[in-house]
Amino acid sequence: MTRAAIKGTAYCLNYASELGCYYGNTPYTERVEHGESEFIQKLPPKIQSYEAAASYPPNLAYIGAMSVEELEASAQPWYTHLKDLSRFGKYGEIMPEDEFIGLMDLCDVFDLIWLEKTFAAEVREKLEKHPLLKKEQLDRLEAGHDLSEINAETEKDGALPLYYGGKVVGCCRKGHHSDENLAAHILLENLASKAGGVLVLLHLLKNTGMDALEVRYVIECSEEAVGDMNQRGGGNIAKAIAEIAGCKNASGCDVRGFCAAPVDAMTIAAGLVASGAQANVAVVSGGAIPKLFMNARDHVRKDLPALENCLGNFAAMITPPDGVTPEMRLDALGVHTVGAGASPQAVTTALVYEPLQKAGLTFTDIDKYAPELHIPEITLPAGAGNVPEANFKMIAALAVMKQQLEKQAMPEFIKKHGLPGFAHTQGHIPSGVPYLGHAVDAIKEGKMTRAMIIGKGSLFLGRLTNLADGLSFMVEAAAPAAKASEGGITKDEVKHVLLDVLAEFAEKLKA
Amino acid sequence: MQNQQRIKDAAEKFGAENTVVILGSSDAEGAELYAETVTVGDPTFAGPLGGVSLGLPVYHIFDEAIKTEADPTAWEEQVAMMEMVLDTDALAMAVAKMREEHSAAKL
Repeated sequence: MTRAAIKGTAYCLNYASELGCYYGNTPYTERVEHGESEFIQKLPPKIQSYEAAASYPPNLAYIGAMSVEELEASAQPWYTHLKDLSRFGKYGEIMPEDEFIGLMDLCDVFDLIWLEKTFAAEVREKLEKHPLLKKEQLDRLEAGHDLSEINAETEKDGALPLYYGGKVVGCCRKGHHSDENLAAHILLENLASKAGGVLVLLHLLKNTGMDALEVRYVIECSEEAVGDMNQRGGGNIAKAIAEIAGCKNASGCDVRGFCAAPVDAMTIAAGLVASGAQANVAVVSGGAIPKLFMNARDHVRKDLPALENCLGNFAAMITPPDGVTPEMRLDALGVHTVGAGASPQAVTTALVYEPLQKAGLTFTDIDKYAPELHIPEITLPAGAGNVPEANFKMIAALAVMKQQLEKQAMPEFIKKHGLPGFAHTQGHIPSGVPYLGHAVDAIKEGKMTRAMIIGKGSLFLGRLTNLADGLSFMVEAAAPAAKASEGGITKDEVKHVLLDVLAEFAEKLKA
Repeated sequence: MQNQQRIKDAAEKFGAENTVVILGSSDAEGAELYAETVTVGDPTFAGPLGGVSLGLPVYHIFDEAIKTEADPTAWEEQVAMMEMVLDTDALAMAVAKMREEHSAAKL
């Protein structure tokens, strides 16, 4: 079997403006190096509110409250042309920050998150109304602590305060008296990723109509390192997520590949399912606190709203082909090898041209390409350009070089086969996979034949290699299921023929 | 920052008159910034070339002077695609402007 079905997807955002303000890496290092500088003071009033974020067209497209076509047609700039507020969409939700803090406490099994009593009670009431949280999960919420206890932890014991509405409502404690790898800010980052992963996995179960007990394996694909001083990146947030989500029959592991990890994780999951090694695999990831307000310096300087206020999560359920559900093809993966070269041309050739050649397809046989899908309103002011558009231009240019497209047809190709960016700059999250849910739906509805999901990673960031990296796969309608009786012969039919022949033979012997 | 140091070291080792900087920036604003850095000095004062004026000859790879020097096969394999994607004239000119005003030597 060289295919696996994508039974469903889920996409959530966790609004996290105060987490970002204090612990997003750009504001955090600014405070450490320059204290309450001009940037730190100018940031809070520029932050897009929850109400605006839950009305912001790209965010609505991300959670499936709006189609990609509707987003394309929406007036720009999107941040001044908000739609109606939608907390929930077809694929997931945009969770408010107080509930997310409660969710982190719910996901914490080492008493690292402390909540102030009143806040704990308020947030419990809100989470009890959440459509997907069950008693087994809500029972994990703590009753809370006095504010004085929380202040003692943050002032004397290396805990980090958690804020809501400008007030301290809790803290994240450290996990060890001296181990840097279990410092409060690392544990907070990991817990946020875990909590986001739990939420999106619960949405995935709802979207696929599956029970938590049906899940067999979870692969997590964030960029977090989970461990202590002796095993800094040991990992398996996957199993930690599965535990809280109630997936008692699942095991799991983590896959790391910088921003390309989600595409890696999906192809590994598909391989497990296509081979029969696992009956199903859920690919899951939460978001990254450090990347909140990553480009905010430029936004503030140019008097634009600071839009990087959400953690992004995603999940996909991989199941065996069933003749109906759209599928991932494993026979024509785009692979960027060690020897492939780092130029944009080499990368695009490896990830787009070569798999098309292998599958006997041309550039125009892909209805939509989904590379990195960063929201352009975030990246353009920061000098990083319109990333999706740059990718589509490169694909079109390569098509011209391979003589599959006329140069003057490039703009039309880009419009027809490209997409607007609608994912937050959360590293691994925008890397191709945000379009998966929309693609699967479009293929199911017969509106699209084929999409290509392209992930890329910046390996140099780890200082071990300068190599570029990436992976791609195609998504198509289900291959027709093989029908045993059509054109073939059943065992019973064979038996009947044999009996007839033997009876004939017996007659001849008698005669 | 490390690239600034590499350029500074190369200029010291080989001499500014024997060092040419070729930029591959994909946006004009960035190209201009890097061109300024290796001629006048890092305008942001963030790296080793802050306040250090090397006056090096600097070109964007799309500049005709560089393209004519390039091996056509290598060019076709590594750069030709991006010629169709980027505004080659704008990029070459952004760097040329800095070079005309501030480079001590030219190719």
